[in-house]
Amino acid sequence: MTKQQISFVLNGQPVEVLVEPRELLIHTLREQLHQTGSHIGCETTHCGACTVDLDGKSVKSCTVLAVQVSGREVLTVEGLAVNGELHPVQEGFMQEHGLQCGFCTPGMMMRAYRFLQENPDPSEDEIRWGMSGNLCRCTGYQNIVKAIQYAARKLQSAEGA
Amino acid sequence: MIPGSFEYHRPATLDDAVSLLTEYGDEARVLAGGHSLLPMMKLRFAEPAHLVDLNDIDTLKGITEEQGVLHIGAMTTENELIASSLLREKCPLIPEAAELIADPQVRNRGTIGGDIAHGDPSNDHPAVMMALDADLVLRGPAGERVVPADGFYLGTYYTLLEPGEILIGIRVPVPPSGSGASYQKLKRKTGDYATAASAVCLQMEGDICRKINIALTNVGPTALKADEAMQVLAGQNINDSLVGEAVRKAMAICDPAVDLRGDVEYRTHMAGEMTRRAINLALERARGNRS
Ligand SMILES: Cc1cc2nc3c(=O)[nH]c(=O)nc-3n(C[C@@H](O)[C@H](O)[C@H](O)COP(=O)(O)OP(=O)(O)OC[C@H]3O[C@@H](n4cnc5c(N)ncnc54)[C@H](O)[C@@H]3O)c2cc1C
Ligand code: FES
Ligand code: FES
Repeated sequence: MTKQQISFVLNGQPVEVLVEPRELLIHTLREQLHQTGSHIGCETTHCGACTVDLDGKSVKSCTVLAVQVSGREVLTVEGLAVNGELHPVQEGFMQEHGLQCGFCTPGMMMRAYRFLQENPDPSEDEIRWGMSGNLCRCTGYQNIVKAIQYAARKLQSAEGA
Repeated sequence: MIPGSFEYHRPATLDDAVSLLTEYGDEARVLAGGHSLLPMMKLRFAEPAHLVDLNDIDTLKGITEEQGVLHIGAMTTENELIASSLLREKCPLIPEAAELIADPQVRNRGTIGGDIAHGDPSNDHPAVMMALDADLVLRGPAGERVVPADGFYLGTYYTLLEPGEILIGIRVPVPPSGSGASYQKLKRKTGDYATAASAVCLQMEGDICRKINIALTNVGPTALKADEAMQVLAGQNINDSLVGEAVRKAMAICDPAVDLRGDVEYRTHMAGEMTRRAINLALERARGNRS
């Protein structure tokens, strides 16, 4: 099948890439653009390890075609830190031990990043509900919740400052 | 898991989408949120040669009210239904059901039109649409037609949609005052399809139930309208024993598939229990006792 040239903005930078229509966004990110932070856990839209931000919304990149993001903006975990300074979500996962094997972590952080913009001051229940599309096979959910609470506090105090 | 090869089309207008579908006939499929279709294509359960992506057609999005009828564009996502203050005020059953579908990421992509058009009995919107007396607006090469949601489903993955036709919108009459509704869904975990679910919408006049609709999810080859159960309660001063009778009538039409969610007896029983809870909550809501 003929390949198509697509261009989109990835982590703030314009990128161009040649894709087959059937290529899933996660494969374009990992194999063509060598951004291997986003993981493939299940390929069946369940685990959330492949979560990225598409035009300001969390999506599972194993269930979006690369051709569909032509002309749009994608943010992956590689784009979270700015000038080497960790994003509060990343800092939270480090401080609160929000990871064990780390496989789910990029997807968790990308979802948490967007969730805290949707709901900057969430209750614990709201965090669990907002993160319900992400599974942790190591089942470290308690510390993941704490990591997000840490990030929420840090983001709130930065806001107030 | 990668889908088979296909040609990708992203029309900007509805007319273009209809002509693409007409041109490619059986070879073409509409791509909405892609959260049922792409998983099926990865498993090669579906291998369309042409995908017609509706995501650029702005006229298929959004929610408005015109003369007591809610118009919902087919490409409106689950999260847009949940965020709609108009729906919260006029028809909270729709956002309530949408919140029980999948997870936040999936709800950013999945559309109400795709959920209705897919024809899978495990989808939640079909029963809700039947309970609300919704109409579906279909657009094909021969123009537009409007069909009731009740009667749209002919079998699993088999609906009234003709080749080349697109579901463009849903029309939901705003329930009059004195109405109450509820969607009760049993699932094994957050993000799962229903083990069994029941949608109830009723209208009270004093102590009498003037009208009631009951429809069931995932306990038959399609969503099921529970007509005999409805007849037990319509025109009655509803009490526990009548509810029990209606529940038995609802269970009698269940013919669930056996899967990891349970065997026939269990899922049938749960459909009954969900119906009981949905009737009771809808009654309390109609009486203004519960939000
Ligand atoms: C992990 C997971 C959990 C889920 N849980 C639930 C759940 O609990 N309840 C539930 O109801 N759903 C659930 N779903 C499915 C739901 O999210 C899908 O989005 C929905 O079933 C299909 O809508 P879509 O917009 O994604 O359609 P698509 O996948 O794009 O399309 C589905 C089918 O409908 C056709 N179609 C789509 N739109 C139209 C249209 N406008 N006109 C004509 N034909 C059309 C397509 O050609 C295709 O055949 C789940 C999905 C996942 C991945
Ligand atoms: S790899 Fe996409 S959800 Fe699991
Ligand atoms: S830390 Fe191992 S899967 Fe979450």
